[in-house]
Amino acid sequence: MDMSQYIEIFIEEAKEHVQNLNQSLLQLEKNPNDMVILNEIFRAAHTLKGMAGTMGFNKMMTLTHDMEDVLQLIRNGEIKINTKLVDILFKCLDALEIYLNSIISSGKEGDFYCEEIINSLRKMIQEKVIDTETEINCPKPQDKGSGLENFGHTAQFIPDGYEQKVINKAKEMNINAYKITIMIDKGCLLKAARAFIIFQTLEKYCEIIKSVPHVEDIEDEKFDFEFTVIVITKESEELISKELNSIAEVEKTFIIPMNQKELAEAQRTTGSDIDGANYSINALNEISAGLLQEGNSETCMQGEYEVGLAEKDFKDSKLLNTSKSTKTGKTVRVDIDRLDVLMNLVSELIIIKTRLEGIEGVQRTQNYNEAVEYLERITTSLHDAVMKVRMVPIEMVFNRFPRMIRDLSRETGKQINLIMSGEETELDRTVIDEIGDPLIHMLRNSVDHGIESPDKRKEIGKEPVGTIYLRAYQDGNNVVIEVEDDGAGINADKVKKKLIDSGLITKENINTLSKKDIINYLFRPSFSTADKITDISGRGVGLDVVRTKIEALGGVIEVESENGKGSKFIIRLPLTLAIIQALLVLIGQEKFAIPLSSIREIINIESKDIKLVQKQEVIILRKNVIPIIRLGEVLDVPDAKSNSDQITVVVVNKGEKLSGFVVDNLIGQQEIVIKSLGKLLMGIKTIAGATILGDGQVALIIDVNSLA
Amino acid sequence: METQVQREGNQFVIFRMGNEEYGIDIQKITTIEKVFNITRVPQAPESIKGVVNLRGEIVPVVELSKKLKMEHSEITEDTRIIIFKIDDISVGFVVDEVLEVLTILPEHIENINQVSSDVSLDYIYGIGKVKERIVTLLNLDKLIVIK
Repeated sequence: MDMSQYIEIFIEEAKEHVQNLNQSLLQLEKNPNDMVILNEIFRAAHTLKGMAGTMGFNKMMTLTHDMEDVLQLIRNGEIKINTKLVDILFKCLDALEIYLNSIISSGKEGDFYCEEIINSLRKMIQEKVIDTETEINCPKPQDKGSGLENFGHTAQFIPDGYEQKVINKAKEMNINAYKITIMIDKGCLLKAARAFIIFQTLEKYCEIIKSVPHVEDIEDEKFDFEFTVIVITKESEELISKELNSIAEVEKTFIIPMNQKELAEAQRTTGSDIDGANYSINALNEISAGLLQEGNSETCMQGEYEVGLAEKDFKDSKLLNTSKSTKTGKTVRVDIDRLDVLMNLVSELIIIKTRLEGIEGVQRTQNYNEAVEYLERITTSLHDAVMKVRMVPIEMVFNRFPRMIRDLSRETGKQINLIMSGEETELDRTVIDEIGDPLIHMLRNSVDHGIESPDKRKEIGKEPVGTIYLRAYQDGNNVVIEVEDDGAGINADKVKKKLIDSGLITKENINTLSKKDIINYLFRPSFSTADKITDISGRGVGLDVVRTKIEALGGVIEVESENGKGSKFIIRLPLTLAIIQALLVLIGQEKFAIPLSSIREIINIESKDIKLVQKQEVIILRKNVIPIIRLGEVLDVPDAKSNSDQITVVVVNKGEKLSGFVVDNLIGQQEIVIKSLGKLLMGIKTIAGATILGDGQVALIIDVNSLA
Repeated sequence: METQVQREGNQFVIFRMGNEEYGIDIQKITTIEKVFNITRVPQAPESIKGVVNLRGEIVPVVELSKKLKMEHSEITEDTRIIIFKIDDISVGFVVDEVLEVLTILPEHIENINQVSSDVSLDYIYGIGKVKERIVTLLNLDKLIVIK
């Protein structure tokens, strides 16, 4: 079977699972006894195994299979979680990532062998386990129920054969079965919604195996004010009763334990159904028996994947049900290129709408005008909606950091606590893709230069555990990301010394610089204050790369630091790269756009105000000397006015530096969609891109940074 | 189907530049447009006339006459922009007039090497002869170098 069409999906999902595993494993390390997390890990590993098997990636499958074995032992309490174990598991994840990367680049798993890791995993198993092998591989029959709960519902409230089996098995495992009747307040307006909340609550504590009326009917409000469910749970009757009664508008609940007698009776009445249920359970048993012969795993992998979902104990499947449903229902994966196409179409629609508004000679009845206005509203909303689709939460970048900090802290022997906030802040996809590397650089910097070793921290009276804060939040049209640590801070004197030593600044000049100026030297290429070069940082390529990248994204980076107390890097990024506010200006007959973010002010001057300093035209604005750039000349615009008495100057800033752009006329402020000029026209310095105006014409965007 | 086309020859879009007729393989052409607002790009190479908005996409437009070292001709009612894809990048070419679509049999295409040994002419795919007409068939990919 040709799997190539699924490989994209496989890669995306596998990435997600590996990421998920990383996160959960970190959590598990902190709370070794949390079964929910362990189950989450188990589930992710299991799904990965199934996926890899289906796609024929045997190395990944073997690895995840062995991981699963170990996890199973942990779950059974036969192995205790310790750092060594977590380390091995992390190594497994790294290996999985290597395989994944290889699959991404070449479509194959590559030559990487992880025998060492597998061996250490197997050693773990052998050390602790004498005879549990069979138990691991043998799916327990009673578990089958959970995945197949929707079989054969009848109108009467009698558990059918299949459900009885589940209940019986549950009894054997000391899990209780209850029949719960819930009555909703008669005044309840949205009873389906209320019922949904009740189901959610129930699912938190137990597994619902039957519902009368059927769940779908309840969702459609096809029930009076009461419904009945059969659940199996490890929790007590009291707890469930308490939880249910704490929901608003629940009038009464009756919880009746299902006893053997009742079941036996039911069995008699639904005798015919039992055969069917037996049949399906037998079928499942056969499949799982087949699975035990792992030798021919390739052929039955698909089968296992499906059964796999039903193959866990009750607590597990409960988790499975809830987390599965939240994940799959809400998102759709879309290729970013398709979004770009959509975006283009929307821009096109806006342009044609503008043209429609401008058509002359049409009889403009009220009806016509209303229709055009309506069209305008719709296109604007459509535009906003498409833009929003491109936004992704910064969590996508942040979620790999906890793992990284853990590794770094083990590497360096420093104790570090990473506190992240604002993961839900959204940024344009293109920014998200680019921002990861700079952030990694900065976090590494914080670990290496910032946080001191535990001993030193104690010495100077700080908590031995250092803290790094990573925050993201929206501030107007910007997104701000802060990386703050409570470490050593930047020693301005050390920077000064380094500056003098490296000959960047003379001794005489150094005192004229403010502390801020000095700290800003850190962003210069090949400048590092680290005394020794480590693996993590110190080669002096870090911060200047960070700054270049951030500036390329249209952002700025600042640093605040206090010697001995810590430092804080602040990155400001535009919310989106694709749309900016711009001022449209006219030069000769041509229209140009200047990004509003870099415009300080617009002034009208007289030509006699322009002075010459070393052949450079300047004006004096509030005692500041500002160089004047005649855009018409720089951009070779034919017939730009150059010699009029009244001159319009757009004052722009590049960092602290101001410049004045001479333009012929101002058109107005407008939101513009930035488009690239394409590969053929790359490398034109004065132009940052192009945009399409309302009338379909192309206007060029002036690159303020290169001109000013 | 493919062999059928092969046997019957390839289809070429024939256009006029000055007094000469040229042809391009129809398969590579995205669309042919009337000349509309071309925005000049400062500091662009001389042969690039500017950029246009083609259904939301910014497409550079090349002055073919400059590339072929011909005399510059004025834009008239007949002037067209042929939009062409090179390595997935759209590029427009300004031509004086688009005439028709012709099917030219392979045996009617003469290899350029037989006419001239000049290597700089590698953008010429061949010379097509249709009845009494002579059409220069272009390899536009060779005309534009995309870094």
